[in-house]
Amino acid sequence: MSGQSLIVEDLSVTLGNGASRRRVVRDISFTVEPGKAVALVGESGSGKSVTARTLVGLAGAGAGVSATRLQFGETDLRGLTDRQWRGLRGKDIGFILQDALVSLDPLRPVGDELIEALSAHGWGNRETRRQRMLELLDLVGIPEPQLRARQRPDQLSGGLRQRALIATALALDPAIVIADEPTTALDTTVQAQILKVLQAVKQRGKGLLIISHDLAVVSQIADHVVVMHQGDVVEQGPTEQVLGRPRHAYTRLLLGSVPGARRHKARIASKDQTPIVLEASNLSKTYAGPDRSDRRVVDDVSFTLRSGQTLGIVGESGSGKTTAARIALGLVGPDRGEVTFDGSRWNAAGKNAVSERARRPQRPHFGVIYQDPLSSFDPRWNVGRILSDALDAGGLPRSQHAARVASLLERVRLPAEYAGRWPLQLSGGQRQRIAIARAIASNPKVIVCDEPVSALDVSVQKQVLDLLRELQDELGVSYLFISHDLGVIREISDEVLVMLDGRVVERGATEDLFINPQHEFTRRLLASAPHLPQPNAGAHATDFNTSIV
Amino acid sequence: MSAGVLAFPSGDGLGRLGQRVAIRVLVGILVLLASATITFFALKLTPGDPVRAVLGGPTANPSPETIAATIREFGLDRPLIVQYGLYLERLVSGNLGVSFSQRQPVASVLAQQIGPTLQLTASAMLVAWALALVSVIGTTRRNRFLSAFGSGLEAVAASLPQFWLALVLLAVFAFGLKWFPPQSRDGFAGLVLPTLALAIPLAGFLAQVTRESLELALDQPFILSARTRGLSDLAVRLRHALRHAVLPGISLSAWAVGSLIGNAVLVEVIFSRQGLGRILYQAVTRQDIPLTIGVTLVVTIVYIVASTLADLLFVLVDPRIKAATR
Repeated sequence: MSGQSLIVEDLSVTLGNGASRRRVVRDISFTVEPGKAVALVGESGSGKSVTARTLVGLAGAGAGVSATRLQFGETDLRGLTDRQWRGLRGKDIGFILQDALVSLDPLRPVGDELIEALSAHGWGNRETRRQRMLELLDLVGIPEPQLRARQRPDQLSGGLRQRALIATALALDPAIVIADEPTTALDTTVQAQILKVLQAVKQRGKGLLIISHDLAVVSQIADHVVVMHQGDVVEQGPTEQVLGRPRHAYTRLLLGSVPGARRHKARIASKDQTPIVLEASNLSKTYAGPDRSDRRVVDDVSFTLRSGQTLGIVGESGSGKTTAARIALGLVGPDRGEVTFDGSRWNAAGKNAVSERARRPQRPHFGVIYQDPLSSFDPRWNVGRILSDALDAGGLPRSQHAARVASLLERVRLPAEYAGRWPLQLSGGQRQRIAIARAIASNPKVIVCDEPVSALDVSVQKQVLDLLRELQDELGVSYLFISHDLGVIREISDEVLVMLDGRVVERGATEDLFINPQHEFTRRLLASAPHLPQPNAGAHATDFNTSIV
Repeated sequence: MSAGVLAFPSGDGLGRLGQRVAIRVLVGILVLLASATITFFALKLTPGDPVRAVLGGPTANPSPETIAATIREFGLDRPLIVQYGLYLERLVSGNLGVSFSQRQPVASVLAQQIGPTLQLTASAMLVAWALALVSVIGTTRRNRFLSAFGSGLEAVAASLPQFWLALVLLAVFAFGLKWFPPQSRDGFAGLVLPTLALAIPLAGFLAQVTRESLELALDQPFILSARTRGLSDLAVRLRHALRHAVLPGISLSAWAVGSLIGNAVLVEVIFSRQGLGRILYQAVTRQDIPLTIGVTLVVTIVYIVASTLADLLFVLVDPRIKAATR
């Protein structure tokens, strides 16, 4: 079935009903050819995912789709019936979503999902389907396919289950494969493996359409880049041209926002001598695993955090960075070692353990920012109440709350009327600003940031990181900053710890560590992080649409 | 339910499932003991002559020899703790005493009456699930009219009192249309109306819970994934979404069995049907203490078995739970 192109000409999509109905995709055109990869890039809300879904007839109930040409091979896709679309999906056009943990049925073994992809189109019989299923798992590089086929997504590692998901899309050897954010939320080393699998798909003569907000990933695999902004294509062309010599200001903004692509502003060297705020020595923590074997999640970890500085902790998921941070916050007791805050004992193991009652007066000195602020807000509370609650905990009298809420909002560059808004009405970036406002409400000395920008688009990421840095300069607060994203870590940290399997494998001043990594794991991490070709035009990117998002 | 909804374990998984059953049975025995103990002390607190309570209630007229023999057998002249011990001993040996209202041993009364009640409870449970699933799969997230119709119907069904529904069904289908016999004796025709009286309100309730979780499930990315493989809407619902959607309903089913047996008291009386419910009603009105204790213990056992089954079913549907239990 290979060798057929997907041609899109002047595609428009309208969504919603009544007064809220609007065009989310406007007159976009591109062609996906066999053996080539086209990338749709843009931020959330740019219409790229809707475009992808439209191409398999799943734009949603009530979606209005129009195009002068929408053609797969010889088939005109306009006006297909639901039954005709079903015949096409999976068989001629494969589709891969992000995050296989939820994009594969969490209750079924992955082998069953694969077999279903085959039987949905009546392929083969029970025996041949099983054979083909094992072949497919092997094809995407899953070792021990017999064993893996019987496991559920939650029993597989992130890389393996993402491969299994890719295998379901490849099951019937479709001519076109559409991948919607296929590597988002994956660790960088896993990301590199998935890109390799997709690269192989392309080499087998498939047409690949990749939807991504990650320009570094796109630069690795795409032949042609289409940049979308609020439903319009603002620029498109060969990858090296669009990413290397961007013509449109929005493309330059996107490129300039990629963490790590920016030159790291040298932090002021004198900061080294600031006093130590938080000191952790020889922390260890063991949890019982599901098979009752003990798993040492944190193993002999020590660090010091100085006043007004940022300590970055980088590592893949499961490396123990979040547990280490929880111990530092005094939320989890260590099995060994201790943490001191401002010179006195804050959290320790065994008979030195500090009671929560003793810790409570010090709690206002700590703040936390999570990856997903929405789940840490009470959805029935408006922004004013969320911040007011944090002020209560800090012991500020009620009468002063309103004024302080307004000043907190101002600090995070939001207008004062946002106090009346609800979390669900806010964009991801705005929510994270509220989370930051809440974290600084009690004038803390230490803020633990756990993947605070990982769920945000690159340009919003940049704004949030800039805000965090400005607040640090204004307030002198220290950050314990956790991320799996090397670019982000490099951008914000004064010092970096690299964690692997619960241990610190390398530590050092940020630039030293990035320029001259010592440990083999750090080198592998750096090597697997996708890099952009050096942009020439990143410097003048800030004049385009920098409204608060 | 289709076979795709259940995941049957093997090997290691089977071992862990066995462990789970063993724990449930152990807990069940403890609950049974607690139930028997509470019943024992509750009866001690009720006023009246305990000898007469055993021998035939306030209207009985036993001979002095019978009274003396009963005092000896139950240890009524000895300390409370000894009486309690004798009571447990009788229970364990299956000697539940003699029911004077039925004029035969309690154990044989229970053996006769439990069958019809279990039959009614089981058929009501099956019909309730069938009605709930048809309504939910058929109307959830369809067009606006159909969805509103489905959820409206479920709300009405859930709010119907079962005894009232029983009377209405009796009036319309037995006395009015004469489709079914008014008195529910043996056979299928007699089972229909009592089953519907119990099943319809329960179906409404199960459907409301299942609808909400089906809506959540249909929003999950794996549903979109399944659609992109070319599955039809119905196949997506049956093979993927349904399995997630039935979980809360399964948990509630254990509770529902208890409630069904409770409501069977009314329904069995209304339809003049054999069963534990009617026997319990007679036992209570005639202060037949041995029979009351017997029925209480049997209902407790049924409830324990039902919640164990629901628990196992839950694990079969959602195998992730197994991994989380030690």
